[in-house]
Amino acid sequence: MHLILVAEDEPAIRDVLRVLLAAEHFRVVEAESAGRAAIEARSHKPDLMIVDLGLPDRDGVDLIREVRSWSPVPIIVLSARTNEADKIAALDAGADDYVTKPFAARELLARVRAALRRSATGAAPAATITLGRIVVDLARRELHGTPADIHLTPLEYRVLENLARNAGSIVKQARLVREVWGPGQANDTRALRVCIRNLRQKLEPDPKRPKYLVTELGLGYRLRPDP
Amino acid sequence: MAENRPDPDELLSHVRAEEVRSRRGRLRIFFGANAGVGKTYAMLEAARGRRSAGADVVIGYVEPHGRFDTERLMEGLERLPTLAARYRGVTRQEFDLDAALARRPSIVLVDELAHSNLVGAEPAPRHPKRWQDVEELLAAGIDVWTTINVQHLESLNDVVAQITGARQRETVPDRIFDEADEVELIDLPAEDLLARLRAGKIYLPDDATAATERFFRKGNLLALRELALRRTTDRVQAASRASQRGDSSARGWLARDRILVATGPDPQSEQTIRAGKRLADALDAEWTVVYVETPALRRLTERERDRRVELLRLAESLGAETVTIDGPSAADALLEYAQTRQVTRVIVGAPKRSGWRAWLRPSTATELALRARGFDVVTIAAADRAESGIRAGPVPEREWARQPFRWRRYLAAFAATLACTALAAAMFPYLELTNLVMIYLLGVAASGLWLGRGPSVFSAVLNVAAFDFFFVPPQFTFAVTDVEYLLTFGVMLIIGLVIATLMASVRQQTRVAGARERRTALLYAMSRELAGARGTAQMAAIAIRHVAEVFDCEAAVLLPDPGGRLRPAEDVAAPHVYAGSDLAVAQWVIDHGRRAGLGTDTLPAAVALYLPLGDEQRRLGVIAVLPRNRRRVLLPEQLHLLETFAGQLGIALERARLAEQAEATRLSAQSETLRNTLLASISHDLRTPLAVMAGAASTLQEHGADLDRATSTGLAQSIETKAREMSELISNVLDLMRFESGKPALRLEWETLDDLVAVAQQRAEPRLDGRVIDTQLPAELPAAFVDASLIVQVLTNLLENFIKYTPRGTRARISAVPDGDFLRVTIEDDGPGLPGDASRLFDKFQRGSEEGAIAGVGLGLSICRAILRAHGGDISAGSSPSGGARFEFTLPTKAPAA
Repeated sequence: MHLILVAEDEPAIRDVLRVLLAAEHFRVVEAESAGRAAIEARSHKPDLMIVDLGLPDRDGVDLIREVRSWSPVPIIVLSARTNEADKIAALDAGADDYVTKPFAARELLARVRAALRRSATGAAPAATITLGRIVVDLARRELHGTPADIHLTPLEYRVLENLARNAGSIVKQARLVREVWGPGQANDTRALRVCIRNLRQKLEPDPKRPKYLVTELGLGYRLRPDP
Repeated sequence: MAENRPDPDELLSHVRAEEVRSRRGRLRIFFGANAGVGKTYAMLEAARGRRSAGADVVIGYVEPHGRFDTERLMEGLERLPTLAARYRGVTRQEFDLDAALARRPSIVLVDELAHSNLVGAEPAPRHPKRWQDVEELLAAGIDVWTTINVQHLESLNDVVAQITGARQRETVPDRIFDEADEVELIDLPAEDLLARLRAGKIYLPDDATAATERFFRKGNLLALRELALRRTTDRVQAASRASQRGDSSARGWLARDRILVATGPDPQSEQTIRAGKRLADALDAEWTVVYVETPALRRLTERERDRRVELLRLAESLGAETVTIDGPSAADALLEYAQTRQVTRVIVGAPKRSGWRAWLRPSTATELALRARGFDVVTIAAADRAESGIRAGPVPEREWARQPFRWRRYLAAFAATLACTALAAAMFPYLELTNLVMIYLLGVAASGLWLGRGPSVFSAVLNVAAFDFFFVPPQFTFAVTDVEYLLTFGVMLIIGLVIATLMASVRQQTRVAGARERRTALLYAMSRELAGARGTAQMAAIAIRHVAEVFDCEAAVLLPDPGGRLRPAEDVAAPHVYAGSDLAVAQWVIDHGRRAGLGTDTLPAAVALYLPLGDEQRRLGVIAVLPRNRRRVLLPEQLHLLETFAGQLGIALERARLAEQAEATRLSAQSETLRNTLLASISHDLRTPLAVMAGAASTLQEHGADLDRATSTGLAQSIETKAREMSELISNVLDLMRFESGKPALRLEWETLDDLVAVAQQRAEPRLDGRVIDTQLPAELPAAFVDASLIVQVLTNLLENFIKYTPRGTRARISAVPDGDFLRVTIEDDGPGLPGDASRLFDKFQRGSEEGAIAGVGLGLSICRAILRAHGGDISAGSSPSGGARFEFTLPTKAPAA
């Protein structure tokens, strides 16, 4: 049974989360402030943390940074802040995912499960990634599955590989551009957009409704492989 | 009689002057006939008295001259630090104006009012003269005590020079002396002074012993003492007159004298001006210095014409009003001006011509004296020319002498003579000699008309010679048998000259009139453009262009930013006027509301001239002018014209400011209305889902156990749906607020449309409920440079509308085509179409149909429009071919030029 630490100052939301997570058979530890959450995190060593950014004593981003300094525990931000700058700040501090309030219970639970799955597979990323009927073999740098003649250009493969190594997490577009195209191109995302479109044409069953290669608006992309 | 009643304007100005004085510091002058009478001593003694009475008296600057008495008196009085001014390797202690302003004592002692600051020194003094420093102190509300000798008064400068034979360079405008609140005459009989001199109690510079000895002759001292006494008496009388005027029961509201001082380029003018000042003071009269510009003056050298600037400046510094007038002759122009202005006395320099020249061309003075009606003419005898304080410069060179000799014109004159001779030769057999002359006369007249004075004289002489040589018997010799022809020659010569002179004068007048008309036209052109301008930056640009054109200069307009600091109004670089120190000049100008810089009394070392914009109450900015040709800007009438331009700009700026205020008021009223409508609308749209949620939740709570699973799930679902609707409404309201409260920062990135459409479509999907969205995007669409989340919001809002306002089973199509620098995106459906006026849909709180069961404030479309306009695109609504709704919007595919 996984243990989840909820850092949230609003009692009503804590109540909802407790009921929701308990119904999914998670154990829950609650903290109403960043200071409390840091203590609970050290003493209980939770398997996942859900963190609100607007905590009374300290900003959630601060808490994330502190926890991240000693623990790789998956952290999901649950915040009413919707603008990209806040999201990026949280992700940069080390958060794995970002869910905005008001949230749908289904979506939050799906993200929690995905994050736990990722951390369960350990620090070494999976050697193969399954996207429907296509399997990406990261070790051999090969694609298998149907249709059999899928061919990726070197750039497309590098983008896919980058996303696959961080499967399930948001990869910021600036980082993708930097790592694939080099630091000089950081401001021009046009090549990346075209590359993503081509990847979708080749990998997605319905490229107009991407299922695996998901756009995180204003942030970047996330590869959501089949479990 | 009307004149016996107090003039309301005058009373008003009197009251205003009183007001200004009450805010200003008081000036107390210790006045003496000579160095050594004990002014500084008396001042220090008075200061000690005031100090012991508890007043905050400090010594700003006192020249101790190593005198023991003075040093002793200075003990115990606070002394402000002096400023070490370095000039050509020499360091001199100077009065530190800023230190005094910062210290703000109630009384500051500043010795030697006539002192000149070292203009070229480092640090540069703000004013060239100490009296200007004192004026600034007074303006700052600090009382100033100072000392001055009679020979330092500007109007007495030449009289003193005549008495003593030494001219003082350091002078103080009489205005300062006359406007002083207190003048204390320190009087010492000549014998006592000489005794003090012998006792070594008077400071004398070592290098000037001979000059000083000449100065301290008893005759001189007596004369100076008399002068000082008389000047003080004048002041007292003026004061009593002023108090009489302030007293309504006073008898004589006699018409005041109005004195006109006529000046010209002659060296005597300066003396005439000073004489005018003394007479005006004695009569307590208003006085005007007129500079007459006649056609003859146009032929003067640049240097002589520049002298006019100096003369008129001198006149203004002595308190005169200055005017430049022009006319065919000085006397005519003066007479006309004197009559229109009801002048009582005209002061002119004494006639300079004598003998036959005076008889031929009477001088202006003589002519005025002959034709004067209703005013007296006072002539001022010429003094030694070397006495002039305004250096006349090297012997002036006549401008026409420097003009290139106009060969072409002389050639033309010669040709005219040839033509006349040829014509005359052809006519010779048929005409009398007397009529033949007419042909030559015609030639002379033509030369006079077209060729100017020299060539026409040349032509007259040639014609006479040709006529004589070819036609007058004996032919082919220059001998003349008949004396009658001498008359013919004479007449021909005179007619040639008269016509040429007349034409030159007419041309000159036309040119002057043309120039003036052009100026008026330019002023009008600027006013008209300013009237059509919007915003201060545009106005500034217009003014700069016009001023630069008219005054042949570089110009800049500096406007205060919200923090009160001056900034250039436009981006066009005019580097000189913006140099750091000059911005400081501009700041001084706007703080004091007075002009400064080049050609003024304040900071004359600056490269540009700075004029304030706006009036006393509202200082709106500064216009800086960097002349290429000083005379184009610094002549008083040019300066006045420039001030008129500045005034026009000031009015325009004020108008812009008022318009901005009105706009702000209108906007705030509008946003007030908006807020009210919003509140009303939101409260309806919030309460409806809240009612559903509260109802569903309480039902679940009360009867949860009794309900079957499907019912309770339905209730829970409706709670979730309504909550989501409310959340959307709230984000719409927040977004609208963001866009209403100014331009939001866009996070622009290169995005592909299919990516954005996919996100929007996935968001809408759960609510489609049987409706279908087709996307038909070409594969090779250019990327758009947009804020992804905002454009997704646009798409989402449009799809939400589609879901809200069409029945199930309706299809929507999303398509796009590149269009120039834009991407044209179309969303159309085959639903019922848009009701009513499609363009009004984008107004706030518009809904296609009156509010019904469908939630939403109708903010969606106006947010779409705000977002797209912020991107430089737009949105429009219409009908699809099938009669459904059709929305079309544009997205930029080019990054805006940085």
